[in-house]
Amino acid sequence: MTANHWIQIFLFVGVLLATVKPLGWFMSRVFQGQPCGLDRVLGPIERLFYRLAGVDPKSEMRWKSYAFAVMLFSVLGFAFVYLILRLQDRLPLNPQGFSANTPDSAFNTAVSFATNTNWQGYGGETTMSYLSQMLALSVQNFVSAATGIAVLIAVIRGFTRRSVETIGNFWVDLTRSTVYVLLPLSIVLALALVSQGVVQNFQPYQSVALVQPISMDEPVIGAGGTPSVDAEGNAITQKKVISEQQLPMGPAASQIAIKQLGTNGGGYFNVNSAHPYENPTPMSNFLQVLSILLIPGALCWTFGDMVGDRLQGWAILIAMLVIFVPLVIGVVGAEQSGVPSQIAMGVDEVASDMQSGGNMEGKELRFGIVNSGIWAAATTAASNGSVNSMHDSYTPLGGLVPMWLMQLGEVVFGGVGSGLYGMLMFAIVAVFVAGLMVGRTPEYLGKKIEAYEMKMAALVILIPPLVVLIGTAVAVSGLGLDYASGEDVKGNLNNPGAHGYSEVLYAFSSAGNNNGSAFAGLTANEPFYNSALGIAMWISRFWLMIPVLAIAGSLARKKYTPAGAGTLPTHNTLFVVLLVGAVLLVGALTFVPALALGPIVEHLQMTAM
Amino acid sequence: MTSKSRSLFDPHIVKQALLDSIRKLNPMRQLRNPVMFIVFIGSILTTGLGMHALSTGSSESPAFIFGVSAWLWFTVVFANFAEAMAEGRGKAQADSLRSSRRDVTARKLSEPRHGAQWQTIGASQLRREDVVIVEAGDMVPTDGEVIEGVASVNESAITGESAPVIRESGGDRSSVTGGTVVLSDWLIVRVTANPGETFLDRMISLIEGAKRQKTPNEIALDILLAAMTIIFLIVCVTLMPFSVYSVAAAGQGSPVTVTVLVALLVCLIPTTIGGLLSAIGIAGMDRMIQANVIATSGRAVEAAGDVDVLLLDKTGTITLGNRQAVELIPAPGVDILALADAAQLASLADETPEGRSIVVLAKEKYALRGRNINELHATFIAFSAQTRLSGVDLEDRRVRKGATDAIENFVRESGGGLPAEVRRTVEDISKRGGTPLVVADGKRTLGTIYLKDIVKGGMKERFGELRRMGIKTIMITGDNPLTAAAIAAEAGVDDFLAQATPEAKLKLIREHQAGGRLVAMTGDGTNDAPALAQADVAVAMNSGTQAAKEAGNMVDLDSNPTKLIEVVEIGKQLLMTRGALTTFSLANDVAKYFAIIPAAFASTYPVLSRLNVMHLATPASAILSAVIFNAIIIVILIPLALRGVKYRAVGADRLLRDNLLIYGLGGLIVPFPGIKLIDLLLVSMGLT
Repeated sequence: MTANHWIQIFLFVGVLLATVKPLGWFMSRVFQGQPCGLDRVLGPIERLFYRLAGVDPKSEMRWKSYAFAVMLFSVLGFAFVYLILRLQDRLPLNPQGFSANTPDSAFNTAVSFATNTNWQGYGGETTMSYLSQMLALSVQNFVSAATGIAVLIAVIRGFTRRSVETIGNFWVDLTRSTVYVLLPLSIVLALALVSQGVVQNFQPYQSVALVQPISMDEPVIGAGGTPSVDAEGNAITQKKVISEQQLPMGPAASQIAIKQLGTNGGGYFNVNSAHPYENPTPMSNFLQVLSILLIPGALCWTFGDMVGDRLQGWAILIAMLVIFVPLVIGVVGAEQSGVPSQIAMGVDEVASDMQSGGNMEGKELRFGIVNSGIWAAATTAASNGSVNSMHDSYTPLGGLVPMWLMQLGEVVFGGVGSGLYGMLMFAIVAVFVAGLMVGRTPEYLGKKIEAYEMKMAALVILIPPLVVLIGTAVAVSGLGLDYASGEDVKGNLNNPGAHGYSEVLYAFSSAGNNNGSAFAGLTANEPFYNSALGIAMWISRFWLMIPVLAIAGSLARKKYTPAGAGTLPTHNTLFVVLLVGAVLLVGALTFVPALALGPIVEHLQMTAM
Repeated sequence: MTSKSRSLFDPHIVKQALLDSIRKLNPMRQLRNPVMFIVFIGSILTTGLGMHALSTGSSESPAFIFGVSAWLWFTVVFANFAEAMAEGRGKAQADSLRSSRRDVTARKLSEPRHGAQWQTIGASQLRREDVVIVEAGDMVPTDGEVIEGVASVNESAITGESAPVIRESGGDRSSVTGGTVVLSDWLIVRVTANPGETFLDRMISLIEGAKRQKTPNEIALDILLAAMTIIFLIVCVTLMPFSVYSVAAAGQGSPVTVTVLVALLVCLIPTTIGGLLSAIGIAGMDRMIQANVIATSGRAVEAAGDVDVLLLDKTGTITLGNRQAVELIPAPGVDILALADAAQLASLADETPEGRSIVVLAKEKYALRGRNINELHATFIAFSAQTRLSGVDLEDRRVRKGATDAIENFVRESGGGLPAEVRRTVEDISKRGGTPLVVADGKRTLGTIYLKDIVKGGMKERFGELRRMGIKTIMITGDNPLTAAAIAAEAGVDDFLAQATPEAKLKLIREHQAGGRLVAMTGDGTNDAPALAQADVAVAMNSGTQAAKEAGNMVDLDSNPTKLIEVVEIGKQLLMTRGALTTFSLANDVAKYFAIIPAAFASTYPVLSRLNVMHLATPASAILSAVIFNAIIIVILIPLALRGVKYRAVGADRLLRDNLLIYGLGGLIVPFPGIKLIDLLLVSMGLT
């Protein structure tokens, strides 16, 4: 790794840390209903929503009502997206005349966006009308993110409240997250992206002449619709010259802003932020990758502020960074090391002023290795899932890092709200074991951690790995391989062997942890993957939210135990070590065998050559 | 009950435990522990596979399958053995208790008075409210309350203490326990427990663990262990399709066998803590009993580890029961020797500890020898609650010592007055936490005796230790606030409650509990009962009243009020042992992966052998070594589970760091050499 790499990595982390306090402070004010500076402008809008919906912002909910509201809202959101996608051919703002989505694709996409996963089985510019992008997908980008934040705020209230039944009002938390946090930030980011050249219009796709026409051999299609062959059985081809290119258009910038800020990650275009209209410059790249971790990072500060001890928030943020930064360095280092077999053939993969060196396959030249690596780690640490390079083309270890970051349960930053509440569940388990080790019934933030909390926290930690492992097992047992289509075990897999397995594992790791990024290389827009991944996304979003809210309710009911000398401090280095240890140990113990048969064996094979 | 330190591996107990560990293979028993149940199922499954391999001649060597299977069975048996060992130690104690109960007959009185008619019946026929007479040499047939008589009683069967104690009607020494022996005189006892409900019965059933229920913490830990077990179950089950795919993709090798997967599963699930969990709990109760404390439930033992606030009675706990004379301060114009002489005279017949301490002081500090009482021809005036003074009348002298106001009255009656200097001395002594006694001879005030509460040796250190544990100590005393503050400062307690009434005690406990704190206290009197019932951890003195014993959730057989500190330590040890072994168990898994993963997939992906960092000989020896290590570690850790992890009062942070290093990092490292060693042994014995 060169000095340039180190500077870029630490610049990114430094700028991110600088944003934590101001944004964290702002959100803390917003969620405690205190003046935050934007009340004069946004207050009327907020109140208008309550009036329209007939919501009394003062009335509070018990955890069950809160969970019911979350579920109801998400199910309705899912149904709304599904209907639009199924009916998009009959709806306006469809200049390219795209047909309706297939039922399995619409199901998959609707679940994907309602669960803040944004796994994309479809290609945006070839399947989605402008209306679908804006009204179905963008709306979910906002509200699914806001739902995650709302649930987190409810959990924080569980810690701060004493001996009460209620944990807040979901509609209020949802509205305030959207109106005060996500909307203003998105407007600013969208304008900044437009300044860099991200498209934002309603024009139909543009045809432009190529500067350099290209020619290719095209198979001749016979009468039966199959490629014609000559007497020897070779395909008959004809020359074709291509001199024109279709340039996709649309309201991209507005959607990309919330895609990054809400840890959604669903690209406007198929290749996501690798597309020049979605992410044109290094500057737009920096802003986008920063906004991936912006809110998850700042929410740690909000958490500390709301529980009355800011060090508690910093401790969690530092734990996240302790996992994140080495893995960023790991992925950049792995990519920069290049591919031994290519180096053996005499390819120069050393970084220099003239070239980035290393493994550049699947990466954009305008980003190079370091900005691709930072993005790959950030997008999988957070449950964002947008990409600016093709993870499938990474070296085995470079590809292992993003996969493992997802498998850690999306708690290193994680989704907006969901990442932190997931991390708090790990904190509960870590504090439980640590509490035992110091001979005291464990407490976290003054609340005793008892059997009920353990049961719920265990569920939260248990479900994603189960979904990932079982999903992958079902897929590689045949259903996801499609033996019928060929003689070998390819079919849906574009790569044979261990790498094909890695692709399936990556897909389920992504869906099972609500990330949404794709390894690519897997033909996933077909009924099995659309349904299986859709179910995986639904389970790992809501079967986690419900136990998390149950903990919030149970904690709110408990008395507060003041800290003493026998209480385990949860804002110091030792706690950070413990929390990091818990996350890594669970992540490693659960996925080492699966990873051993995928990326690890690939790496050993690659370096054995 | 007398052997306080039973050797850890008493041959008799080990023999019984070995038998029991086989007996515990009953599936219904195994079902109670989900982790070990999985191992149990795995053992049965691999045995079946071995049989199948023998009869059909499968590709997998039957010897290997049976090797794995045998060690899985050992794993189950070792866990059973740990539990049986813990139970065995309790059983030995229960047996010795039970033997003290055999063939006791009781003399039931027809009416509750001495001399009434009685009839002989079996002790088991006694019911509550029956009245019995117990005479010298008799065994007290059951628990009861003395309603008439005074007697010395040998309670060694219960307490292990052979010095006899006095039991008498009324007051705080009125309760007697079944199984104890009256040594002298007689007692009329009203029975307070029906058969099967006596203290002895409760103790026996507790020790035997017959009524052992899982404690809240144990349940929470069980959930965590069950969750980890489910994760590892799925990890292992899904490895089968992964392996089948990999074989097809790589075009070589054969899929992983069920035997290997079962072996991997058993190695991964937390068998170390799962196997030792119930032994740890039983051993915790056992340690309490060894400390001569009987807890009514495991929950109480566990709560002891969480105590935040400790209420301690001043007298007898923090200070020696008696005040001692430490200084004589003469009135103006009085020779110190004259004062010493008078003070000694006034105390010669005073048999109270305070009186004796005055004689000792006069002898040691002023070289006044004790005088023969009979030669003095003196009339001694004993202390009474009305006069509040005591002394002696010689031919021409009337020497008195007593409370300030009592002496003031005395000298005034004799025609004198209390000098202002003496009054100042008295106030000064009170301020310093002492009790002043004024000495007068007729109308002349001679001076003041400074009686001091003597804080027991080592108390300051113990309170410092408690503070480091995070426990706040509060001294309870009937003294006035001035005196209380002085003693509190000297003893080093954090706070005090002066002029304490039972109501004030109860209020103090409630206040602390409302603030989310757990309160522990000790007590012996009936007036302590409400506070004992309110406290979270309440240790009643065995010498105390029945009411106090029933209100508490522990009984200290030694009636030693500082025992609470040990109780807290035992509670903490219990939790710490569980936490340490859980961490150790999970940390072990890393090494086991390095042993088993390369071995399991060696045929499919030979490159994975680079992960075989321990260079284990063959795939079979690698897997077997991991399984054997996993089984043996249970046995190695039995002593730790029974003794408990040592608790040191160094603050939570330091404790966690140390335990993380020992059990976390240690758990990570230890299996590497361990598994390697077993592998070397297997190879050298030609077993693979």
